[in-house]
Amino acid sequence: MKAFKNPWVHRYWGLALLLIGSVVAYAAYQVVASPIDTDKRQDVVALVLGCVVVLWGLCTLLSAGIKKGLSYTVLITIAAFLIAPFVWMVLISLHPSKTPIPPVGELIPKAVAMGPDNKPIMVLGPDGKPVEKVEIKPRWDNYGFVLNHQTLPVKRFLFNTVFVTCMVVFFQLLVTSLAAYAFARLRFRGRDPLFYLFLGSMMFAGPVTQIPVYLLIRNLGWLDTYWALIVPGVSSAFSVFLLRQQFLAISPELDEAARIDGASEFRIYSRIILPLSKAALATAGTFTFFGVWTDFFNPLIYTNSTEMRTLEVGLSIFKNSYGGTNWPLQMTAAVIVMLPLLVLFLFAQRYFVRGVMLGSIK
Amino acid sequence: MTRAQKESRLGWLFVAPATFHLLVFALIPMAYAFVISLYKYQIFRANPQFTGIQNYSLALSEDPFRNALWQSFRYALLSVPLGMALALVVALMVNQKLRGMAIFRTLYYIPAISSGVAIAMLWTYVFLPDTGMINMATSLFGIESKDFLNKTEWAMWALVFMSMWVGLGPRMVLFLAGLINIPQSLYEAAQLDGASPWKQFWKVTLPMLVPTTFFVMVTSTIGAMQVFTPVYMMTKGGPEESTDVVGYHIYTEAWVNFNTGLASAKSFVLLAVIVVISIFQLRMMRSQLRGYSAS
Repeated sequence: MKAFKNPWVHRYWGLALLLIGSVVAYAAYQVVASPIDTDKRQDVVALVLGCVVVLWGLCTLLSAGIKKGLSYTVLITIAAFLIAPFVWMVLISLHPSKTPIPPVGELIPKAVAMGPDNKPIMVLGPDGKPVEKVEIKPRWDNYGFVLNHQTLPVKRFLFNTVFVTCMVVFFQLLVTSLAAYAFARLRFRGRDPLFYLFLGSMMFAGPVTQIPVYLLIRNLGWLDTYWALIVPGVSSAFSVFLLRQQFLAISPELDEAARIDGASEFRIYSRIILPLSKAALATAGTFTFFGVWTDFFNPLIYTNSTEMRTLEVGLSIFKNSYGGTNWPLQMTAAVIVMLPLLVLFLFAQRYFVRGVMLGSIK
Repeated sequence: MTRAQKESRLGWLFVAPATFHLLVFALIPMAYAFVISLYKYQIFRANPQFTGIQNYSLALSEDPFRNALWQSFRYALLSVPLGMALALVVALMVNQKLRGMAIFRTLYYIPAISSGVAIAMLWTYVFLPDTGMINMATSLFGIESKDFLNKTEWAMWALVFMSMWVGLGPRMVLFLAGLINIPQSLYEAAQLDGASPWKQFWKVTLPMLVPTTFFVMVTSTIGAMQVFTPVYMMTKGGPEESTDVVGYHIYTEAWVNFNTGLASAKSFVLLAVIVVISIFQLRMMRSQLRGYSAS
């Protein structure tokens, strides 16, 4: 409350925190960075705390409030913990192939030649000659190497994933929106029991169906084809549920009026309900898109030739073919798989949050 | 034909594709899986033999499967409460009325949308001895390096830790939806009664979040009991079967050992366990809600 009386209070606090934090962090850093080999545990703690206090000071100044500043500090710290592995992943992917992971202070990539004991024996410049100064040289060519891999058709994996995902999303939206329309708008015998059957299957299908579905796909002759990857996904109880929820929210007066004018049910579905439900369709589509794109289990058992694998399975093949030791290339491949997902997520994230919330209303 | 008949026929026409799919890819396979579970059957060999419930008695008397059930319980018991507690705290943090909260919500969701295989590779690296992120960080504090994924006492904790990181986003959003739905008037009334923020949390927020909490609990538990990809990618059930959870165990039984009948029986045992746990949790929720409405 006092902060409101004096508009300068948060500035004093912010500057004080900034000052205290930077002094503590600087002093601790001097000890931690010194070559003297002593027990430096307290100094590391002090360094971390100092940095957090500096952050708090900054947030206090920017958000005009010491409590708000603390909230932001905690939020940023959590975000840092969540995002740090991704940052490390990118940094390691820029190291030369086959180099062991460098110690924490040397994560920025450089060209290092390794001796038999995995210790750096000399530092090489771009021309391959030893140099005094450490040359920072991120290896972006790792990405080209993985994308144009000699034995694994990485671009084919990408095509498979994109093709299968788009087909599943399209057909699933068609099939499930039709069903959702019937569940929301039409009265027919056995409607409610059928709907509960859909809901129940969503909860408990799990690993039970994997063997019979495999046998079915094998008997249809679909193993190792796109059919096996697409057809099992063209309907989903979750999407039916989500879309029905949305259709119920649309006022029935709208389609009653159309019905009186003699419009057919299909016309009402395609001309009134669907255009009014674009956001819900986007939500269901987004969910399906990410679910299918990152599906690992189904492509793993329904396909077996390398040409039919998707990115997810391809990535696991890539990992196994490098015996789990070539970290820079492994992380390069992981970034390549992750990047499209991240970009798509940033575009689609509001639909995502809506979908999770809609799914929770039961 | 009357209007009602016409509507009924149209209704079935509209649900036909989805229902056909449900029958062919969920209901009939489920029934067929039960039939398979009654046979001694190996997928790439002929001549299945009808053995009745022998697969079930074999599964339940077999130590590896019992161990797998136990490991799944352990995984669920650790990852669900810890993950939910973390998600609730984070949801409370991002529910504050401050600018830029949408950015944090987005950031916190990112681990959940990422590719499971890439995540598993990334975390294999994070858990590496000596050079992994966690050991590098702890070594600054003078803590001895640990090979998390290859030590029986650590491997499960490593998977649980990762699941908290991956599962944070969706759980946070669910809690957030619950928090937004709490009427502001309840807090105003509590403030008039002089309740501290701490007391408001225990007496208003938590009771109002009971349905959300149980929804998150039921879905998280179902997911945790079936976990597969991280185990397949990171530990292969090891070391010494200490992470051989049921989802992975059934996979190896079906697709590595090719004991198709036995694997089906085991998957039905898992299904039964999940159904029992879910019913138990829903009962718990009802008695909780009754307790609150009584007081």
